[in-house]
Amino acid sequence: MAADREQVYIAGVAESPLGKVADHTELSMVALAAREALGEAGMTLKDVDGLFVNYMGEEGSVQVGEYLGIQPAYADSTDIGGASFEAFVNHAFAAISSGRCEVALIAYASRQRSRRGRPRQMGTDNYTLTGQFEGPYGLVMPISHYALLAARRMHEFGITPEQMAEVAVTARNWAKLNPKSWIRDPLTIADVLASPMMCTPYRKLDCCLITDGGGAVVVTSKARARDAAKRAIRVLGTGESHTHWHASQIRDMTASPGAAAAQAAFGMAGIGPDDVDVLEPYDNFTGAVLQHLEDLGFCKRGEGGAFVEGGRLGPGGALPSMTMGGGLSYCHPGALGILLIIEAVRQLRHEAGARQVKDARIGVAHGIGGVIHSSSSTVVLARE
Amino acid sequence: MSDKTPEARAEPFGDPLSAPFWAAAERRELVAQRCEACGRYQFYPRPFCLSCNGDRMAWATVKGTGTIYSQSVVHLAAIPGFEPPYTVAVVALDEGPHLTTNIIGGASAIGDRVRLAWRPREGMPPLPVFEKEEKR
Repeated sequence: MAADREQVYIAGVAESPLGKVADHTELSMVALAAREALGEAGMTLKDVDGLFVNYMGEEGSVQVGEYLGIQPAYADSTDIGGASFEAFVNHAFAAISSGRCEVALIAYASRQRSRRGRPRQMGTDNYTLTGQFEGPYGLVMPISHYALLAARRMHEFGITPEQMAEVAVTARNWAKLNPKSWIRDPLTIADVLASPMMCTPYRKLDCCLITDGGGAVVVTSKARARDAAKRAIRVLGTGESHTHWHASQIRDMTASPGAAAAQAAFGMAGIGPDDVDVLEPYDNFTGAVLQHLEDLGFCKRGEGGAFVEGGRLGPGGALPSMTMGGGLSYCHPGALGILLIIEAVRQLRHEAGARQVKDARIGVAHGIGGVIHSSSSTVVLARE
Repeated sequence: MSDKTPEARAEPFGDPLSAPFWAAAERRELVAQRCEACGRYQFYPRPFCLSCNGDRMAWATVKGTGTIYSQSVVHLAAIPGFEPPYTVAVVALDEGPHLTTNIIGGASAIGDRVRLAWRPREGMPPLPVFEKEEKR
């Protein structure tokens, strides 16, 4: 049994306003989410002594700290892309269990739909390696990067467009059960295959949404988690890794840093994929979910396509996944990672309403980051 | 450009490590770093060999032949100067390194054999791209 100081909990979670947010800034969205998540934990901003943010501007934790009136003992603005937030749970675990802080606030918000700020071209500075060796080739960030991964996966393993489309259909089937989802209309595999081609093999409906949104997560010690107004969820295991930045530096496009992240998280938790009741994989593109399933050990390498067939990840399926509707149908505010943690916690508290996975006890959030699966991070959570 | 000094021209992008790569490109030669100790090719350049920690890195001309490792045909008009459809790819050179590139001159597929071509650029060294090898 882990010593008390090695027992770390998520004591509060909250989404910021989602979708198209007209009446807020990123900072005010973070403030609202932080207050609500801390409220669930039985705390206020005054209790926070660790601050973990990404994509909140230069020296992100400094800017958010000022806005919220937090002077942290422990600050972290690590940027490993959309996977930063599961990695922040990893970092917060280390900070809390070693006594560097006791109440860690992880927060994020984006208005990238409202502001239409997402750049499409990378490497426009010729001084950089990206500018010299990747930028001049017209890659559309990040669709064509992830398309390169999916194309290789199809070539090596015979993955079909229908199998990838099934991931989008599964996300939509969950989204129908979530009133907060951006889009809840019915969707079929044929609909996905009839949507406009973007970058082969990815069609429009293989790609995640671009919405506004964000959230906050409170990670704390066992002692402080006792104050929580709602059930606190134990952090059993965490892991992270990253492997490359440029497409040319990937030796094997059907492998990813997710395998190392998952192995670390499951190893720390002392459990394995067979124990997982609900999975929140980062679905930025349909094919990425196949990679995650293989990295997490739910199926063998190359078998992710066959694994998702027949609604296995959907409502009533053997491995309920993307249960809030995912980045494909619920919300994708540029970085989805924090929303994966929030949904996993809600599932493990049994407060997910129509989309609740019955008796869920073990949940996993698995993040992806970078324009071409540069990073991954995994959090294994338990209802005690 | 007449106002540029020879030194600035030798480092067209201000990166001293990649300057030999672009100097070779001006001669339409594709080069990669090669470790004199372990013989491994390394692309892009670093100050030493990541494989064996060796210090003696030389620039070696590669054959300019390889295989398409992955590719995607872009159907979006999102990047200035690129008219869809066009093909972005990663080519595995026969010597080992992978390069991000374009495949020009018609339809291609993963696994196809390709050979080097050069795309001229205004005021910059030409860019290495690839085209399918002729059927034999």
